[in-house]
Amino acid sequence: MSVKDYTTAYPKWNAEMKATHKILVPDMLPYHFAIIERVMRLHGYDLEILKNKTRTVIDEGLKHVHNDTCYPCLCVVGQYIDALKSGKYDLKKTAVLITQTGGGCRASNYTPLIRKALKEEFPEVPVVSINFSGLEKDSSLKIGAKLFLKLAYAILYGDTVMWCYNQTKPYEVTAGDADAARERAVNLIADKFEKGGYAKYKKVNREIIAEFARVERRREKKVKVGIVGEIYVKYSGLGNNELEKFLLSENCEPVVPALLDFILYCIINVVNDAKLYGRGKGTAFIYKFVYRLVRRMQKNVIKIFGREGSFEPLHDFEHLRSCADKVINQGVKMGEGWLIPAEMAALAESGVLNVVCAQPFGCLPNHIAGKGTVRTLKKLYPDENIVAVDYDPSATKVNQENRIKLMLATARENNGRINN
Amino acid sequence: MGIDVGSTTVKAAVIDGSGNLIYSSYVRHFAKVKETVLAELSVIKEKFGGEYAVSITGSAGLGLSERSGLNFVQEVQAAFIAIKKLYPDADAAIELGGEDAKIIFITGGVEQRMNGSCAGGTGAFIDQMATLLNISVEEMDEISLDAQKIYPIASRCGVFAKSDIQPLLNQGAKKSDIAASIFQAVVDQTVSGLAQGRKIKGKVLFLGGPLYFLKGLRRAFVNTLGLSGDGAVFPENAPCFMAIGAAYNSSVVTPESIDCIISKISGAKEGGEITLGRRLFVSREEYAEFVKRHRATDLQFADISAYSGDCYLGIDSGSTTTKLMLITPDCKILWSHYQSNNGQPLDIVVKKIKELYALGGGRLKIRGSAVTGYGEDLIKSAIKADFGIVETVAHFKAAVHFNPKVDFIIDIGGQDIKCFKIKNGAIDGIMLNEACSSGCGSFIQTFARAMGMEIDKFAEKGLFAQNPVELGSRCTVFMNSAVKQAQKEGASVDDISAGLSASIVKNAIYKVIRAKSADELGENIVVQGGTFLNDAVLRSFEQETGKNVIRPGIAGLMGAFGAALFAMENIGGESTTATAEELESFGYTSRGANCGRCTSNCNINVIGFSDGRRFISGNKCERGAGMKPLLEDMDIYAYKQSKLYECVTDMPAGKPKGRVGLPMQLGMFEQAPLWAGFFGTLGFEVVLSEKSSRQLYFKGQHTVASDTACYPAKLMHGHIESLLDAGVDFIFMPCETYNIDEHCSVNHYNCPVVAYYPELLRANNGRLTGDNFISPYIDLNMRKSAAKTLAAALSRYKFKKSEILKALDAGFARLDGYRAAVRAKADEILGRAEAENRQAVVLAGRPYHLDPEINHGINKLLTSLGVAVLSEDSVFEKGDAVKVDVLNQWTYHARLYRAADFVSRRKNVNLVQLVSFGCGLDAITTDEVRAILERNGKLYTQIKIDEINNLGVVKIRLRSMLAAIEEGAKDER
Repeated sequence: MSVKDYTTAYPKWNAEMKATHKILVPDMLPYHFAIIERVMRLHGYDLEILKNKTRTVIDEGLKHVHNDTCYPCLCVVGQYIDALKSGKYDLKKTAVLITQTGGGCRASNYTPLIRKALKEEFPEVPVVSINFSGLEKDSSLKIGAKLFLKLAYAILYGDTVMWCYNQTKPYEVTAGDADAARERAVNLIADKFEKGGYAKYKKVNREIIAEFARVERRREKKVKVGIVGEIYVKYSGLGNNELEKFLLSENCEPVVPALLDFILYCIINVVNDAKLYGRGKGTAFIYKFVYRLVRRMQKNVIKIFGREGSFEPLHDFEHLRSCADKVINQGVKMGEGWLIPAEMAALAESGVLNVVCAQPFGCLPNHIAGKGTVRTLKKLYPDENIVAVDYDPSATKVNQENRIKLMLATARENNGRINN
Repeated sequence: MGIDVGSTTVKAAVIDGSGNLIYSSYVRHFAKVKETVLAELSVIKEKFGGEYAVSITGSAGLGLSERSGLNFVQEVQAAFIAIKKLYPDADAAIELGGEDAKIIFITGGVEQRMNGSCAGGTGAFIDQMATLLNISVEEMDEISLDAQKIYPIASRCGVFAKSDIQPLLNQGAKKSDIAASIFQAVVDQTVSGLAQGRKIKGKVLFLGGPLYFLKGLRRAFVNTLGLSGDGAVFPENAPCFMAIGAAYNSSVVTPESIDCIISKISGAKEGGEITLGRRLFVSREEYAEFVKRHRATDLQFADISAYSGDCYLGIDSGSTTTKLMLITPDCKILWSHYQSNNGQPLDIVVKKIKELYALGGGRLKIRGSAVTGYGEDLIKSAIKADFGIVETVAHFKAAVHFNPKVDFIIDIGGQDIKCFKIKNGAIDGIMLNEACSSGCGSFIQTFARAMGMEIDKFAEKGLFAQNPVELGSRCTVFMNSAVKQAQKEGASVDDISAGLSASIVKNAIYKVIRAKSADELGENIVVQGGTFLNDAVLRSFEQETGKNVIRPGIAGLMGAFGAALFAMENIGGESTTATAEELESFGYTSRGANCGRCTSNCNINVIGFSDGRRFISGNKCERGAGMKPLLEDMDIYAYKQSKLYECVTDMPAGKPKGRVGLPMQLGMFEQAPLWAGFFGTLGFEVVLSEKSSRQLYFKGQHTVASDTACYPAKLMHGHIESLLDAGVDFIFMPCETYNIDEHCSVNHYNCPVVAYYPELLRANNGRLTGDNFISPYIDLNMRKSAAKTLAAALSRYKFKKSEILKALDAGFARLDGYRAAVRAKADEILGRAEAENRQAVVLAGRPYHLDPEINHGINKLLTSLGVAVLSEDSVFEKGDAVKVDVLNQWTYHARLYRAADFVSRRKNVNLVQLVSFGCGLDAITTDEVRAILERNGKLYTQIKIDEINNLGVVKIRLRSMLAAIEEGAKDER
């Protein structure tokens, strides 16, 4: 069969650019990227996390991507274009970075969509892909084993920081203490990467937890609200209209499950594919090995949480998998797939009965794994109180907050009932 | 005391110490929230004085409570509190408000639900619909009780419903029937969008203003839910129910004096959370300059009372307005008319032409006439006009008159936004808005009226607005909520008017044209359409594009003008236009009916003219009009529809092992032959779900979990119900992450919906069990592992693995046979089209777009226009494998790209892409397919389809496309 090439030329990333180019990164995971930024700098990458969050970001996104494309893509493109237009960057020496999973949802197409969006006005800015599925071979960041491991540690630590911070912030006696602890923790981690010792993850985790445990906290019961959903709107304040801050202002404790769980989810899906369909058995073998390695680390961290005693421990991924099995088949692997109901079930089992399921408007996989599983979850956990919230450029904040407030009213009502 | 501040009204309630309601009120606030609340408070102060524990509730109450420091209770919660106090035995409650719809389930697990962000408007939706019918809401309610017929109206969204209603009006359907249909749509929306699988039964409370005031709406709810006499409760104090709940909730609040409350509210700051846009004009001088510049492009007039001689008549029967124009041979305006349809375009046209004849006093000779617009067919046949032309052609004709070099035309009418690119004197590209951004023009009008002013006045206010607000640029429902938010934040009418203008323009430029920069639009832009007569909109457009454009003085009449020009240029012999005498005796009757000539069973409208002629509208094909279809054997959709069913209607010899049901929707439209072959070989009787229809959709509607899923997915719920009712032993619907690898893409995924929909069905349909619903995870490329999985899934029948493998092979053989037959048919059609020098269109979508309920008979529409029809799956193998910019990793998408490549090489073949509303993946494919076609000098046409059943717009699009192809062919000659 002959092949016709309809591709258009675009600037590519090459290894030499590492020395000359600044790499812009969207503000997707505030807790983790703060650490990753510093790790990458140590490796000679001039990374910058974008912090622009004005309405023009959304407007630029609207102008440059298809109306029906999901909101995260729009936010990411908006941040890039807004930043590139700001005049702060030398366009000849700037690149933008995006992750790709290669899954069956649209998110894997962000790379070409961003390229398309930049083409007109910033034809010289390359889009760099980070992926582990062999996509974009000629324009992706080659990550060596050493850096790869460091990034894995960075994510592990980022989760601990996020997890402790969310359990500290709502209860701090002196306003600002939790934030100060967070800053100290991030510096501590960065130090470990700079001066050595980052691989002693048990020690590092203990130190992070200790940093937060030192903060004086009020003993009071607050309504806990889990946040699950599409990876971008789950973590990014730009994507979810600062959901965590809103929940804090409503006198709640936000419970945001770990990023590592998403990574383990991606890894285990390859193993599941081999089991379900007998495809890619060789790759699956390697993935299984990696999975075991990372899981052991996660388990040890959970143990540390338990021993330390100040904070609720993170979810155990194997527990998440068994939670998923009660609700949906682990074959549902596009987007965040089975991880969403798994997290909702695990939250309910750990006593977090109130959940915001955050989705970009019209997110396909999450029709099924999010809203679609609510009924099953309600049967399993009758007291679970879930609100699905759609995020999109035109949905007003008032509208979203009103729905969350309804969920909170039910939460308080339930609390009264359950406590009596 | 409880105060409920909704999106349109303020409700107040006072209860005494022992819990008795002693006062309640209900008033509209016209966006003056604070003033209205204060007025209410002073009434209460007059009446009772004293101290109150007060709570605020309602969607607009949130901001007020935050700024005044008064207690807030979420409105559904407030309703819940009141229900528990007043109706402790209720099982469920439905509350419709101005913009929200809510359901509270009480027994069997308390659950409180609100509509999602895209289901906007219930009360506001009804208001908007009443405006559309040009009657008051009360009148609409009144006449709805006399309805004889319910039309299907898209219920998901107000904008969609409007697109459904407009053509009904234009076709002369009865207002009473439409009114009842609107109420039914609201009910359907509530049941499917909110209940989502949970049955509403027992004692149901109906709350909120609309349900209290509208008897027709009540009736629709009671009938649809099948409630018995005492099952439906309509409380006396329904409109103020939340306020009462809030008042009960106030028992937790410390009382304070009424004066103290009044001062807190009046001291509440106006919020500052609005984003500001650009000012339209800084000074009066700037405006004067602007007006002068645009005046230069006005046409000249001729005096009709003095003129005698030849003239040409153009009529533009638009969706919301009717436009007529009479011109002299040298293009002077003799007479023109522009009017809202008020639902009766035909009456208006006849009346106006009569007036015209009277004015002309016998001196006028109409030498030719042409009709364009939505109502083209009806009007043309009523007044016996000489020509009916596509809107796009009419607009182009008119624009060229003002600027022969025109290269871009944008028309913003009441309902639609249309844009054409002109290249080499012909229409080169057409962009029409999707349903989702329609209705912008009439939105301003409706909004202005709601503000109590005429549109001109409203527009004028925007011109010098100091701080225009940013209102987003999506659909009008969203815009509506953005406006509401701005109002809550204290934006003035001036600022909103300016903001709305900017929104409409942005919508057009970035959503419809999807321009990246203003330069893409071209150098010589002509803007037109009634909405551009609004100077604020015109100015916004010039600001946004940074260009001076031409807006003819007759911007609102360009369609009619173009039609008149067309008539003048093309009339050969005598005009057939109805004479004054003929019109004197003109009359007509209208009646709704069902066509019944095929399974589509279209709703048709039969109009009988007084001279005995009949006109039929609403039909999708020639059968409805009593004619034989033209090109049925050159329509691959028709072929596939029968062939597919032929492949699966076999019965096993002897007693079947069992009865297996295959739901004919989504992936099954591709794989039915495979699974029928598989199960047939194993000795099962294969039962197909009944054919899709709106009724079938309604049957499964209560189990739909996400109302923004695509229509094919939502229809699936009905198919499942139909199979369950057919009493099959089990329904088979596999989960397939991976589709069959056709070796021309990086990966071969299914879309998430096709892949995993069984999971959603199982979770949301209580009738499905592990026993009667078998949905194994299989990858058909891994035949051995698939066989193993299938054997396990069918373990109760104890098949050997070898039997399963054999059956699978038989299934594949049948699928291959079916696909080969389809390919052969495509060859035949292509050959014939070539021989007959006929245009062919590849109607490209997904396999399930074959379903007539999904494609709404677009294939028939094409054949009725004399075009042969092919499908993407019948031709893609003739195209090369392609490398595209985007990640090509879905099997069905790869077919689209290859089909586009094939089309690019054929002179007489074009492509029309069908896209299901809500299909996120097609946001990616459409741009890519367009790029492939345009790079090869082909036109790209996209049609979005949904449950919406309105072929009017589709027809315009297809005819415009054919006209453009024709023009292109002429140029080549």
